[in-house]
Amino acid sequence: MGIDLPLIWAIIIGFGLMMYVIMDGFDLGIGILFPFIHDRHDRDTMVNTIAPVWDGNETWLVLGAAALLAAFPLAYSVILSALYLPLVLMLGGLIWRGVAFEFRFKADEAHKPFWDKAFASGSYIATFSQGVALGTFITGFEVTGGAYSGGGLDWLTPFSLCTGFGLVAAYALLGSTWLVMKTEGALQDRMKDLARPVTITVLMTIAIVSVWTPLSHPAVAARWFSLPNIVFFAPVPILVLLVTWAILRTLRQDSHAAPFLFALVLLFLGYSGLAISLWPNIIPPSISIWDAASPPESMGFTLVGALFIIPFILAYTTWSYYVFRGKVRTGEGYH
Amino acid sequence: MFGLTAPELARIQFGFTVSFHIIFPAITIGLASYLAVLEGLWLWKKDTVYRDLYHFWSKIFAVNFAMGVVSGLVMAYQFGTNWSYFSTFAGSITGPLLTYEVLTAFFLEAGFLGVALFGWNKVGPGLHFFATIMVATGTLISASWIMASNSWMHTPAGFEIINGRVVPVDWLKVIFNPSYPYRLAHMVVAAYLATALFVGASGAWHLLNRRHTRTARTMFSMAMWMVLVVAPLQIAIGDALGLNTLKHQPAKIAAIEGHWENRPGVTVPLVLFGWPDMESETTRYAVEIPYLGSLILTHDWKGRIPGLTEFAPEDRPNSTIVFWSFRIMVGLGLLMLLLSVWSLWLRWRRRLFRSRLFLRYAVLMGPSGLIAILAGWYTTEIGRQPWVVYGVMRTKDAVSNHSALTLSTTLIVIIVMYFAVFGTGISYMLKLVAKGPQAGGPGDVASERGAQSRRPSRPLSAVPDSFDPDVS
Repeated sequence: MGIDLPLIWAIIIGFGLMMYVIMDGFDLGIGILFPFIHDRHDRDTMVNTIAPVWDGNETWLVLGAAALLAAFPLAYSVILSALYLPLVLMLGGLIWRGVAFEFRFKADEAHKPFWDKAFASGSYIATFSQGVALGTFITGFEVTGGAYSGGGLDWLTPFSLCTGFGLVAAYALLGSTWLVMKTEGALQDRMKDLARPVTITVLMTIAIVSVWTPLSHPAVAARWFSLPNIVFFAPVPILVLLVTWAILRTLRQDSHAAPFLFALVLLFLGYSGLAISLWPNIIPPSISIWDAASPPESMGFTLVGALFIIPFILAYTTWSYYVFRGKVRTGEGYH
Repeated sequence: MFGLTAPELARIQFGFTVSFHIIFPAITIGLASYLAVLEGLWLWKKDTVYRDLYHFWSKIFAVNFAMGVVSGLVMAYQFGTNWSYFSTFAGSITGPLLTYEVLTAFFLEAGFLGVALFGWNKVGPGLHFFATIMVATGTLISASWIMASNSWMHTPAGFEIINGRVVPVDWLKVIFNPSYPYRLAHMVVAAYLATALFVGASGAWHLLNRRHTRTARTMFSMAMWMVLVVAPLQIAIGDALGLNTLKHQPAKIAAIEGHWENRPGVTVPLVLFGWPDMESETTRYAVEIPYLGSLILTHDWKGRIPGLTEFAPEDRPNSTIVFWSFRIMVGLGLLMLLLSVWSLWLRWRRRLFRSRLFLRYAVLMGPSGLIAILAGWYTTEIGRQPWVVYGVMRTKDAVSNHSALTLSTTLIVIIVMYFAVFGTGISYMLKLVAKGPQAGGPGDVASERGAQSRRPSRPLSAVPDSFDPDVS
């Protein structure tokens, strides 16, 4: 047997979505933190920390959709049509906040507060919708004859609303620790103060989702709590606790980058927990990556490009971050 | 909503979102290349007029690019949310092409855009120029992939259907399908033409108001040279695409021409105006020129094209719409040709910047390229109906199972939001254009601050680019 193309593609898409969650996570988080910061200059500084990189971050979301269509067309069709309404809300939120990046600097004085509100509300809507989509994905989709057969509002459940709130907290954590790294003075202190309760909230949400998921999904429970799995997977929750402790500790110390790096690790752990729960299904609860795979001609053709190009993308993305490294100061204007 | 069925609502939704979207990438493609040329001229000739123009257009580019990114994001998801049967059926081909677009183009544009827009003082001039070129290259690569996907839906090739799904068997044939070179050339040149007309109108506007004279003259002159080259070129490419379409989609050509049937001994006339009526299978009130249709469509005085009645009624595209959308596109194209010839005449007489009548005409022609792009897309896409993949899958079999209520709700949300957001954005772009280029700019700022701070400030920090209340 040759190489397992669906497996490789699942890993690539998983990697792409994780890059998205981490990178657009901290810039959506900036919008989520907007209501807690009232000073105009502080808000400008916050936006300026992400202005050069936000559309690169969002490109990972486009890659997620495109690669899913290329490698698992069935999953793309079923999941996206099942999540139609939350996705329209998410896209609406992303449009609303995406243009606000430019508009809040271009508007006349009377309209600037309006675009600040658009930036914040768009960030909340987009993040919450993503969280709802995540919760619905965990719960699974009703599929008949290769198409989604559930209702238009099946996604609206207490569990998915809970994951929606959870993701808002998670992105707020990434955003606040990012700003601890990228700013200084009063704004940085304020972010340190905000990051602590946000960290606790994220930990609580992870705990709630971790208890709720196996209780309502027996297959997930079997995956985690059977021998020998429980031994292999036990490090995940333990590491979550350790990393949370590390975030809180480094926030109290005079370290700038450490809280953000630990927040990334925390998100990665949560993400891997989900992967453990759902593997190998790409349309939970029962359609696996091999059932939903596109023809090998499609997967192979795209794989050549992906393996060759993704390293370059990572290289010049890193370079772009490197160009804009260091603290962003108040009054450093926009382009 | 309004008695429309779910598939009709899904089509309206896609048509609406993609119509708004195409405006931004068209300007992005044109402006990115223009910016690369401007920066190259600045580095070569060291004339500050090019640098000032670069910063002027890069601000407009930034607003436009942001709107292109967010409106394009919608497109990447809409194939799945609204056209799930199409995606399941043909995702094996459109998916890889879209993925290559993201990998080779979107990341390239986004990765280097930050440096191009914000990095004027953070990297050296050579590296900054490189970043601008990478952004421009990215826009062209992007067009290449998405046009491959679109052309494949028009003239599918290189595939087999196995178990009810498309399986690619020859990727070269998939990508270089029969209509691809023509469609790609037509779209890229359209983007350059639309941008040149837009830039030209901006220059003409400032010349009419006697402001920013030096920069306005430079951009106006550059734009008119560009129109002079690409307007005739576009007509030639359009003609070639027409011949190609006649070969592969004859029903579309018949619908465009309002040509219902061939009568014995009569060649195809050119119907200048008229009202094609799908019910009675005639073109009412037709104003015709004999023989000219044959000559244009087949390059032969006695050539024939199939009439629309030769196709089964369920296989015919709507002639009323494409007849008129095509004529709007061609009519605007002829006005652009007039602009280009007139500009050459005035340049020869050394009156290019002084003829107020011509400057007014150039201002009026500012949006004509974008309108022609929309009209052209309506022609080719509505002309492809009733197929989503020509001859392979019908549009009605491609649409997701959403209720008309769901689709009406989302359509209203989308329409309200698009007009609010993109309407505002376009008005900001026009205000930036009206404000005109500013002399000086980041180059000067850097030299002032360079002594104070090792890490220079963001570009244009001394030139706030918000509008004064009295200006806006």
